[in-house]
Amino acid sequence: MAFITATDLSLGYESQIIVKNLNFSVEQGDYLCIVGENGSGKTTLMKTLLHLRKPAGGQILTGDGLAANEIGYLPQQTVVQKDFPASVMEIVLSGCQGRYGFRPFYKKEEKLLACENMERMGISDLAGRCYRELSGGQQQRVLLARALCATRKVLLLDEPVAGLDPVVTSQMYELIAKLNTEGVTIIMISHDIAAALRYASHILHIGDTVFFGTREEYLASSEGQSFVSEQKGGEA
Amino acid sequence: MQAAKDSPLFPNRKAVKPEMDKLVLYLQYPFVRYALIVGVLIALCSSLLGVTLVLKRFSFIGDGLSHVAFGAMSVAAVLQLSNKMLIILPVTVISAVLLLRTGKNARIKGDAAIAMISVAALAFGYLLMNIFSTSSNLSGDVCSTLFGSTSILTLTPLEVWLCVALSVIVVLIFILYYNKIFAVTFDEDFAKATGTNTDAYNLMIAIIIAVIIVLAMNLVGSLLISALIIFPALSAMRIFNSFKKVTVCSAILSVISAFAGIVISILAGTPVGSTIVAVDAAVFAICFIIGLFRER
Repeated sequence: MAFITATDLSLGYESQIIVKNLNFSVEQGDYLCIVGENGSGKTTLMKTLLHLRKPAGGQILTGDGLAANEIGYLPQQTVVQKDFPASVMEIVLSGCQGRYGFRPFYKKEEKLLACENMERMGISDLAGRCYRELSGGQQQRVLLARALCATRKVLLLDEPVAGLDPVVTSQMYELIAKLNTEGVTIIMISHDIAAALRYASHILHIGDTVFFGTREEYLASSEGQSFVSEQKGGEA
Repeated sequence: MQAAKDSPLFPNRKAVKPEMDKLVLYLQYPFVRYALIVGVLIALCSSLLGVTLVLKRFSFIGDGLSHVAFGAMSVAAVLQLSNKMLIILPVTVISAVLLLRTGKNARIKGDAAIAMISVAALAFGYLLMNIFSTSSNLSGDVCSTLFGSTSILTLTPLEVWLCVALSVIVVLIFILYYNKIFAVTFDEDFAKATGTNTDAYNLMIAIIIAVIIVLAMNLVGSLLISALIIFPALSAMRIFNSFKKVTVCSAILSVISAFAGIVISILAGTPVGSTIVAVDAAVFAICFIIGLFRER
């Protein structure tokens, strides 16, 4: 049994289905990249995986010891967050939130977990700083540390490098790859097909045609071929 | 009131002592003490949730809901109910729940929905009061409902205890659910995905806000409630950088402003609601300047 299995999944609204008959599975330790054009339903798929919305058809099963709320999530930043007066520590701690039901305050272990994850992301020195004063890359690390507080198993990343400069982008990808080698399963939405091909173990391409398979299979497939040649054309 | 009019507009130094005497004299009256207690408690409660509302881009919900409460109040007046709260509170709570729900995937977006409901409620309220007028001084009634009346000076001990009880409940809920409120405010999707019941907390916030607004109508009137909710939060956000500090600071600023506003209004004979809001605005100006220096 895989961590996450999607069978005959349809996404969209009742009147308008964006994606039909999606079948894929994510095993422990995988690095899955979800690629596709704008409007192809990537973000909808992610929200469905997070149980933020119901699938229009089919089902998503979680298994292999993974509970549905044990998925960490790195969302795209919202306007509200850009000028939010909160310290880094407060935000990272809020990742521990979901696991403790109605208890009103944080326990010592949760504070330790938050510190540990800040250490992992290399932002321990920022703990007392205000979130809105940080650079884009630092903000992403804060949100990543928060997501790690919510899970040890699976991370969903929605365009983690959007708006970052090239140097910070590659640091971010290295960080994610490091987490993956440490045993965290990664599911990432990306526009950046080149990076997806460099780091991912599996590719899910949604759009007019749907493809799911390992990176090697994707490179050999017609979707992969056309995407890669487009990329090369774009770069030239 | 007569004594207030006698005092010079800008008292010089010699006048300070009589002013103090006057304050001490007034404090001996129970209705002045009640007004201070209720005013400070309402200011405390409204500032606590103000931070969340401002950050969630719901600054105007106070305005909208207070107009709804005004509409409900005029319905209650027309029906000549002895206890107006029976209509005002449920109607305001329902509107608050509906308005905060529209944040997500409604046909009419949040700000437009608030504007629509508040204007409509205001218009219907005035219309009803006008058609079925039971009072000889209609514009006076409307004016006192909108801009705050002297009702804060005519509180009964029962109303004071009710207000104390509700404030204690609001503060307790806020402290117990502080971390959840933070998580829901900062990132609702994340909180929901990791297993927090965000709908329940949004509902809770909506109900508390509605209760606070109905309480605050006695103090500042429905038009100025927004000021009680947003000014302390905005002032605190100029100076501090963490959610906890902002919340604590906004509560302190709000309590001080309300206290100072009531005292000034007693001494100078000015309307209570507008005086409190004027103090709030002055505090915001000071915080804004401090914030400018901090950034340097």
